[in-house]
Amino acid sequence: MEVCMSASPQSVGAVVPQAFFFDQPLHLQSGASIAEYTLMVETYGTLNATKSNAVLICHALNASHHVAGFYADDPKNIGWWDNMVGPGKPVDTNRFFVIGINNLGSCFGSTGPMHTNPGTGKPYGADFPVVTVEDWVNAQARVADEMGIQQFAAVMGGSLGGMQALAWSILYPDRLKHCVVVASTPKLSAQNIAFNDVARQAILTDPDFHGGDFYAHGVVPRNGLRVARMIGHITYLSDDDMAEKFGRDLKTGDYQFGYGVDFEIESYLRYQGDKFSDYFDANTYLLITKALDYFDPARHTDGNLTQALAQTKAQFLIASFMTDWRFSPERSREIVRALISNKRTVSYAEIDAPHGHDAFLLDDSRYLNLIAAYFDRIDTELQGTPA
Amino acid sequence: MNFSDLNRLRPDLAFIADWIKADTHVLDVGCGDGVMLDYLQTDKRCVGYGIEIADDKVLACATRHVNVIQQDMERGLSMFDDNAFDTVLCLNSLQMMKHVEPLLRDIARVGRDAIVSFPNFGYWPHRTALLMGKMPVSKSLPYQWYDTPNVRCATIYDFSDLANEVGLEVVECVALHEGKQVHVLPNWRGSLAVFRLQKRGA
Repeated sequence: MEVCMSASPQSVGAVVPQAFFFDQPLHLQSGASIAEYTLMVETYGTLNATKSNAVLICHALNASHHVAGFYADDPKNIGWWDNMVGPGKPVDTNRFFVIGINNLGSCFGSTGPMHTNPGTGKPYGADFPVVTVEDWVNAQARVADEMGIQQFAAVMGGSLGGMQALAWSILYPDRLKHCVVVASTPKLSAQNIAFNDVARQAILTDPDFHGGDFYAHGVVPRNGLRVARMIGHITYLSDDDMAEKFGRDLKTGDYQFGYGVDFEIESYLRYQGDKFSDYFDANTYLLITKALDYFDPARHTDGNLTQALAQTKAQFLIASFMTDWRFSPERSREIVRALISNKRTVSYAEIDAPHGHDAFLLDDSRYLNLIAAYFDRIDTELQGTPA
Repeated sequence: MNFSDLNRLRPDLAFIADWIKADTHVLDVGCGDGVMLDYLQTDKRCVGYGIEIADDKVLACATRHVNVIQQDMERGLSMFDDNAFDTVLCLNSLQMMKHVEPLLRDIARVGRDAIVSFPNFGYWPHRTALLMGKMPVSKSLPYQWYDTPNVRCATIYDFSDLANEVGLEVVECVALHEGKQVHVLPNWRGSLAVFRLQKRGA
């Protein structure tokens, strides 16, 4: 199976991440700043001579700069959006130069809470400054500067990644031609924040958390992370999808009359939780859920999203999934409505996929064909634009 | 897409396209595969959006590089501001709507002008079919009574009354057959009714 994957003409193949080091301090929305930092980056395809074919892919909560392809020494580690990005895929690396950047504070090599704070010589831990979606975008812009990319052909993301794409269109209106926002929202609802806080409480109250300095104690707040992930995972799936995949199926065929695993859904969630707690950092989880909670571009315009998007110049594709109850289609429609009020060029697709929020990562021909058609339009424009 | 391509593909749309001014802002309610907007944006430099619900047609619009908003027209046009468009098109879609009157009011709200077309139930083969005691099945109404998406049947005379009711003035009304205007006995010989409308007081 893995051999197939690596030999597939549709994969970008083996990829090598690069580290970008920045020694100029990054001033953050909170008022704090980070003196120096590293961002992990992967690129696929070739940047053209005019540097006009770059596409930035922004990642969501638990993903990274590893968008597509695999690692030569770890062929099973396939990029999180490998079905979307590659030669002949919707975001076609034969035509576009695609960039993935691991966000600041994440735990896949970019500077984060587990790294040494140059000020104290100890890991940042809970002292790592809270970063926002806008802070991430500012950091990403510096990577673009380093690469000499003045304007992206597109900035694209799903979920939290979609928020970053939207923030790009507001903060740097001249630096992207197209903005592709999938399964996202202009702000979290009270229910979304509530789920995030339950997840955070699970971590914060784990005795192994040690106020965020668990590194020094040689432990990991695994239980907190497991529960956080289990809660998150419930919100990523639709009720119907869960019913279809698991129903009330029993692990051993009969009730155990105890508190171990009876139902398949319990087994699945615990497995997901265990897997997650093996690789994800607890401080990063806290940080990223806060970034989600804080995102609200209309906060500075009295809640008026139309006004918040008034300075945008990009063309937009917004897509949502009918069974996504985490960021429902109504949230995407709010973005569309505000863009239409601003007379922006925008298309909106509401895809009838059964998989809930997770649908943005999965194969659905209606979804992938639509993205492919849209990127074909972007490419046609690029070809028609004299340098 | 140029005019001769449009005329070849959809002569009815080519006839209507002539009425739409260049460089205007257009909303096409029930835009189908986006062929009309494709023509209007390439040949007349119009900008705007199409509304369509069917997945395959939304994809067709994207392929044509037409801006499409995937939405059920029955939900109305609440996404759009008052007077947002120079012209609102609703071509060959109205007969499929359950909520015709609220949609027409919404069309009058968001546009200054509107162009509405629908199959003319008064077209003579339809009348003949009814005289023979059967529901009409024709090129313009190609379905059986039990599987038709066309839930509203109207003649040219019927529509004028409703247009007035929702605040739209009839500027011009023509009957087309196979894309050509029918001058003699239009409500008998035209299979497609086309109304050019203007918001009262606009």
